[in-house]
Amino acid sequence: MKAVYFAWVRERIGKTEEILLPPAEVATVADLIAWLKQKGEGYDAAFENGSTIRAAIDHTHVKHDAAIAGAREIAFFPPMTGG
Amino acid sequence: MSGAATVRVQAEPFDAAAESAALTQGRSDLGAVVTFTGLCRDEGGMLEALEIEHYPGMAEEEIGRVVAAAQARWPLGGVTLIHRYGRIAPGAPIVLVVTASRHRVAAFEAASFLMDYMKTSAPFWKKEHRRDGTSGDWVEAKASDDAAADRWARP
Repeated sequence: MKAVYFAWVRERIGKTEEILLPPAEVATVADLIAWLKQKGEGYDAAFENGSTIRAAIDHTHVKHDAAIAGAREIAFFPPMTGG
Repeated sequence: MSGAATVRVQAEPFDAAAESAALTQGRSDLGAVVTFTGLCRDEGGMLEALEIEHYPGMAEEEIGRVVAAAQARWPLGGVTLIHRYGRIAPGAPIVLVVTASRHRVAAFEAASFLMDYMKTSAPFWKKEHRRDGTSGDWVEAKASDDAAADRWARP
């Protein structure tokens, strides 16, 4: 699946987007965050307060217990500050 | 009463008066039009500009979902919602909500609802650039904005 990152999550990871190929046991958004944290310092910094990071699958907000099976694009970003 | 909805996500400035006029042009069924413009403030002279990042694709879709929720809840004759991205100077407009209805209460409430959800659910993020040349911080989400959106969920 394609992962996209925004705002300070993007800055800490140092990438705008990338292709992720997590192992089969990574089933939920929370699992994916835990798996990403192992990928390096930038990821660990981006997800240090992982429960506060928002996620979207295929352009729709999801909670961390959502399944990632079938997702084409998953996004991670801080709480939004538009308006 | 079902009216057209216009959603735009753009870098360019917008003309609030022209957008409001376009929404009501040729209509005689409307009794109220509410126009809200959100501006970039200078935070006591400290701010040089805001940089607004957005999630292309999702931003338009999420605003569309919020607009549909407003249309389902209030009898709106028309809605226009514009949100800008990119570098925005103090005093310049960031966001526009125009709601039209037969009666004022629906127009006022829908505009307030739309802005509360724009702040908490539309994928935009503001970064500060400061006058002293330092690149400032990402603006932090406010608990008061979450509370403002939550009040619409209460029975």
